[in-house]
Amino acid sequence: MVKIIYVEHNGARHEVNVPEGENLMEGAVQNNVPGIDGDCGGNAACATCHCYIPSEWQAVTGERSEQEDAMIELADTAKPNSRLACQIKASAAMEGMELHMPATQH
Amino acid sequence: MATQLQDTRITQSLPQGSVAWPLPPRTRPDLPNHDPATLEQYLRSAPLEEVDIADPLWWETDTNHVYFKRLRDEAPVFFTSQNSNRHRGFWNVTRWNDVMAVDTNHQVFSSEATLGGITLFDMDPDFIMPMFIAMDPPKHDVQRKAVNPIVSGQNLAGYESLIRERTQEVLDGLPRGEVFDWVDRVSIELTSRMLATLFGWPQERRRMLTYWSDISTSDPELPGNPGKEERQGILLGMLQEFTMLWNERVNAEPTGDLVSMLAHNPATRNMPPMEFMGNLVLLIVGGNDTTRNSISGGLYFLNKNPAEYDKLRANPALVENMVSEIIRYQTPLAHMRRTALQDTVLGGQLIHKGDKVVMWYVSANRDERVLDRPEEFIIDRPRARQHMSFGFGIHRCVGNRLAELQLKILWEEILKRFDKIEVVEEPERVPSAFVRGYKKMLVRIPA
Ligand code: HEM
Ligand code: FES
Repeated sequence: MVKIIYVEHNGARHEVNVPEGENLMEGAVQNNVPGIDGDCGGNAACATCHCYIPSEWQAVTGERSEQEDAMIELADTAKPNSRLACQIKASAAMEGMELHMPATQH
Repeated sequence: MATQLQDTRITQSLPQGSVAWPLPPRTRPDLPNHDPATLEQYLRSAPLEEVDIADPLWWETDTNHVYFKRLRDEAPVFFTSQNSNRHRGFWNVTRWNDVMAVDTNHQVFSSEATLGGITLFDMDPDFIMPMFIAMDPPKHDVQRKAVNPIVSGQNLAGYESLIRERTQEVLDGLPRGEVFDWVDRVSIELTSRMLATLFGWPQERRRMLTYWSDISTSDPELPGNPGKEERQGILLGMLQEFTMLWNERVNAEPTGDLVSMLAHNPATRNMPPMEFMGNLVLLIVGGNDTTRNSISGGLYFLNKNPAEYDKLRANPALVENMVSEIIRYQTPLAHMRRTALQDTVLGGQLIHKGDKVVMWYVSANRDERVLDRPEEFIIDRPRARQHMSFGFGIHRCVGNRLAELQLKILWEEILKRFDKIEVVEEPERVPSAFVRGYKKMLVRIPA
């Protein structure tokens, strides 16, 4: 299990234990973390799992794929550190990582 | 290897624009009558290639699902050649995973208007209305981003109380103990009020928006509908009216409505007239038929499934989940179409450059391979949000939150007022393979 802290736009924090290898959208949806819907089931095809990765964690979360990039580019709330949570798999190196959410997503 | 695949298209698909107008008559099965039972029986055993599923017959009778089930099982990516002198032939994509693969591959599967656009029947090449749903990147992205903020969650929060007020007015005006048409009195009424609000359009003329939406999706061939030229004239009339509105707003302070937003955004303020019209039609149609038919569909499904209606009354907190299930079950847009930009392989079939590829959302939403008990309407279905009705990828519906919000408010307000609304006879359906919906549905609210 990897401890991930999902932080809502209003600052509310949700500490969740995500099984290693599971993607971080699933981790949120299965634990009813509000603000991550995961409408496409993890295909980088809906952007309802959009989140921001603090700079100190970017080395372990990796780079956006091409399709992920195309989806993020369309969001009003896109930032250089935007990712789709479904495209990141929990690993031991992410223990204690914070993942921040935009105010809304669609 | 792609080169070893056989070409399974029975006729070569013709280049765009090569279908002459008026269209040649269509071949239909020779059946004693066209009641749903006869048609379903026919679809269960007819040779797959004999059926033209684009024929409105299968849609106004709601019998198409029998054919799609067979395609999903027997030929999940299948070329329709029946009546190809009318539609040039098209690929049917029927399984969830294949639809997802097409929808997320905009590099190969184009939405471009000049290649025919996003519906099974090509856009009229003499009357192309460029709109971002029928564009590829990069232009698509620029225009989509210009519209995005108005339907963002933050902006919608500001509209919520207004939507609720309008909904309350409409529901409070409904008769009791009397049969009336739900489509006209509720579904159309609510969506037209909402559109007028979004566009900053005069409320008293809101039904004009409904009218234009209906015209822009109407089939010029069907008796009673305006023909091709008349239709163009009506849409040009719409353009004139909106151009006046645009001219008023382009030089005024931003007012927060859609016309004002388009007029003030650098990405859209210099749009040529046809493009302005295209994007208007897109927003009017996008926000109109789809939501309207979900409003009608929801009530119909609850009547067909009384146990679900009981569940809802017992637990109104299910409304939000039910809204997603209604949208899945209705699938208000039965398909989106793409054009292949290169030869490619899909579901083991060789697709040629230039072929039409039709993603049947209505079938993907019933795919047993991905969904549990897909034929059933279950308001507390787990993960109900994971449906195909809004599409996926870069063209995924930009208005999805707005649609969900309208439906959620409607059902919350209905439950506060009425114990039951009864559908008194089978609804009349729209004869279209694109807009899946209802023309008329008679209901009664017990006195
Ligand atoms: C239940 C209601 C609705 C359904 C089922 C629906 C369905 C769809 C579908 C299937 C697409 C194309 C997705 C794709 O190609 O992958 C789409 C796109 C679109 N919809 Fe909706 N829609 C609904 C409501 C709305 C509303 C309320 C609006 C208006 C604000 C709207 C505006 C649009 C626009 C502008 C696009 C084009 C997006 C793009 O090309 O990037 N829709 N919708
Ligand atoms: S769940 Fe759809 S993009 Fe991540």
